Amino acid sequence: MAQSYDVIIIGAGIVGSMVARFLSKYKLDILLIDKDSDVGMGTSSANSAAVHAGYDALPGSNKALTNVMGVEMWPQVSEELGIPYERCGDYVVAVSDEDMTMLNILLERGKENGVPGLEIISGEEMRRREPLIRPDAIGALWAPTGGISDPLTATVAVAENAVMNGVTVMLNTAFEDFLMDGNTITGIRTNQGDFESRWVVNAAGLYADEVMHKAGVRPDFVIHPRRGEYLILDKVEFQLTQNTILFPAPSNKGKGILVASTLHGNVIIGPNANFVEDKTDKDMTREGVEEIWSGGKKLVPSVNRKHIIAEFAGLRATGNAPSPNPEIDYNQDFIIEIPEEVKGLVNLGGIESPGFTASPAIAIKVIELLKAAGEDLIEKPDWNPIREAPPVFRHMDKHQQADLIAKEPAYGRIVCRCEMVTEGEILAAIHSPIPATTYDAIKRRTWLGTGRCQGGFDMPRVVHILSEELGIAPEEVTKKGDGSPLLYRRTKDVQQDHIVVEDLI
Amino acid sequence: MKTNYDVIVIGSGPGGLAAAIAAKENGADDVLIIERDVELGGILLQCIHNGFGLQLFNEDMPGPTYAQYYIDKVKAHGVETLMDTMVLDISPQREIFAINKDLGYLDLQAKAIVLAMGCRERTRAQIMLPGARPAGVYTAGTAQRFVNVEGHMPGNKFVILGSGDIGMIMARRLTIEGAQVERVLEIMPYLTGLTRNYVQCLLDYGITLQKHRTVNRIIGRDRVEAIEAVTVDEKWQPVPGTKEIIPCDTLLLSVGLIPENELSKKAGVLLDPITNGPYVDDRFMTNVPGIFAAGNVVQVYDLVDWVTEAGSTAGKGAAQFALAEKLETGEEIPLKAGENIRYVVPHKLDKNHLAEEQVRLQMRAITPMEERVLVTVEDQNGEVVTKKGEPYARPGEIITLAIQPKAYEAVQRATSLTVNVRKR
Repeated sequence: MAQSYDVIIIGAGIVGSMVARFLSKYKLDILLIDKDSDVGMGTSSANSAAVHAGYDALPGSNKALTNVMGVEMWPQVSEELGIPYERCGDYVVAVSDEDMTMLNILLERGKENGVPGLEIISGEEMRRREPLIRPDAIGALWAPTGGISDPLTATVAVAENAVMNGVTVMLNTAFEDFLMDGNTITGIRTNQGDFESRWVVNAAGLYADEVMHKAGVRPDFVIHPRRGEYLILDKVEFQLTQNTILFPAPSNKGKGILVASTLHGNVIIGPNANFVEDKTDKDMTREGVEEIWSGGKKLVPSVNRKHIIAEFAGLRATGNAPSPNPEIDYNQDFIIEIPEEVKGLVNLGGIESPGFTASPAIAIKVIELLKAAGEDLIEKPDWNPIREAPPVFRHMDKHQQADLIAKEPAYGRIVCRCEMVTEGEILAAIHSPIPATTYDAIKRRTWLGTGRCQGGFDMPRVVHILSEELGIAPEEVTKKGDGSPLLYRRTKDVQQDHIVVEDLI
Repeated sequence: MKTNYDVIVIGSGPGGLAAAIAAKENGADDVLIIERDVELGGILLQCIHNGFGLQLFNEDMPGPTYAQYYIDKVKAHGVETLMDTMVLDISPQREIFAINKDLGYLDLQAKAIVLAMGCRERTRAQIMLPGARPAGVYTAGTAQRFVNVEGHMPGNKFVILGSGDIGMIMARRLTIEGAQVERVLEIMPYLTGLTRNYVQCLLDYGITLQKHRTVNRIIGRDRVEAIEAVTVDEKWQPVPGTKEIIPCDTLLLSVGLIPENELSKKAGVLLDPITNGPYVDDRFMTNVPGIFAAGNVVQVYDLVDWVTEAGSTAGKGAAQFALAEKLETGEEIPLKAGENIRYVVPHKLDKNHLAEEQVRLQMRAITPMEERVLVTVEDQNGEVVTKKGEPYARPGEIITLAIQPKAYEAVQRATSLTVNVRKR
């Protein structure tokens, strides 16, 4: 008999994890699955880390509603889950009259969406607040509720809190098909076997279209991945004057290439937006780097190429769903629905930007949908909304550091020199509610290997620690799961088939 | 443990070891080495190939043997060591804040500090390599550590990007260990490492080096599956029609080293944007009084012997500073990079020092000159203070030249000295 759940959530990105966490309030057996070796490895792993204020999305769309609601939820969610978050505000910077027109459109749109505190400031004021901005900026839209978070830590924290509250997480578990009884979903088939469930939440991100098609829902809905490339600058070499996000005035291609602070102290530049065919194509391109570099330089001319220490690309799950609000002509909206065609499906799709911002609001919408569908959600008396963040050595003062080492000596050994990540943090990540079992999983949780040397010094040590703690051979340690081993063999173990006999004669 | 020292050396590679020994030999009583790894010796310990000590010992030693000679000497001199200890911060007042597992947080005070943190490798992001981001892209030094210290092969079939010394040495090492090295690609029109390594590591093992050629794209979602190579023009732009897919499972990068000076900056040490190391005088003192720099934190050397020598000079200066609480300095004049010279180390010279001993200058050429050249040190009037003939000048090989005490009088007349390299 297949294991049975009340709710199965497909996809442990920020959206799936949020749904799991908020649903864990209720007396439900919940399974959260992901095809990858860790939570948050898809779209959630590569974005701008921005918590958007909500002036971009068209009023009345699902995007606008969940964005603005999400912004309001983030302070509490972050506080409860120990997620880095700073409501530093953001700017949309204008350099031409057309840009100023766009700023006014955004201001009106923002007001209509209910974004508080929006204000258009002068070029001088902009330069006073951020002297590094291009000198010919003529004005900016100031959104005090914009902010920055850390989507990597966030996804882990949210999913961990779900686990603490009884959610089962299965990684390396790929959805294959629905189990149906007539038009009622009864469970799912995965590469790890079948699981029964009364409800299935489709939070499959880039693959949400394929999942809903398996249920016979929205055959016309297609996710067309849009790749965004990013560059990260060395925090020792270059920082903005204050933590903030600087956007150019938007175009029809999207919000444009931003220059922003990260909560790790770096500056991030990106993204561009190019459609790709392949949902796994996160390649960096020569042209893309040039495109985002010139975009970044337009906003902040003093950035220096020499200071780039990392580059990556992510894919947005851009869909083609018309907005459920018949009054607006918009066909790239979020899908948040219980479709009529089948029973037992909560369908989430096309969750591109501002999906990270909107994710807690999407979770609330899911709960509302379930309630409206007659689901009798009973709160658990012992639900614990608090997940304490593990210690981050580099963020502590001298006395805290001394105390921590005295208590846990492993925090006295630095493994990653650039980012000052200690062995204690690595061990904590490996032994956390969602154990970090790969190099990248540790990287996402501790930020090691992200600095100037990009893991050059820490990697051999991390391989050693993972091998010891997981009880596996060093050759079994991977970068990001199956198929990504870091090492192949012991030096002296030359495989017989490697030796060509002719060479020996 | 003690908290006050005459000289504290940060780093125990060849520069740090030599500095600690010289500090002791020049009268410093309390000398401490702080090392972040669990053994003394630094990166030398993973350099199990030979080629060390030819200049100083006229011997051809492997890295660990070379290191052991100085480790023994450090022990014999009674230098204290703190292993597995990371320095978090240094103040201009020469306080050092460090941590380790056993002692926790350490507040130390030094009369003089020698910075000897070495260097790190340039990474994929720093050279903007397009393509996927799979497992199997390593810097040559990381691979060297995996193979030579940990005993693990990071791949079976390699492409190496960059003709730096570590890359070429790894090409040979990996071949000996049964791996296949498909090719070494070099974007420049010339070798960036030592010719000696090209001969002994590539030619002798039949490994192809292609110049003017680089990696255009990394292929493989989970693990490297291939790289796309391409020929580049003088401006490093891909030449159409020259793409080639080379199947491999690993890409090694040997694309340059950068002095590791993040700590130095915290102490207010000013860095030269060309060398990425501190501005130093001929005793290797930085702009912060009492803070010296030794070895690859100053500039990336080709030979360990030169690192040792520079470390000794820095250690001696540090001891003198610690004993006198300051250094007697005479008139200092700048040393400038002239024709076809990228930089000169040291950056300035105390005119009085030549009365006592020679001052060694080291520099790199900007472009290769494959013919007999003359290296000259000239004063502000073009008067030649000293000169030296060389069979060639190559950017990959440091040019070294000593100003001898006999040039004392000529240097007294100088307000600056400029180094040039010209056709003979």
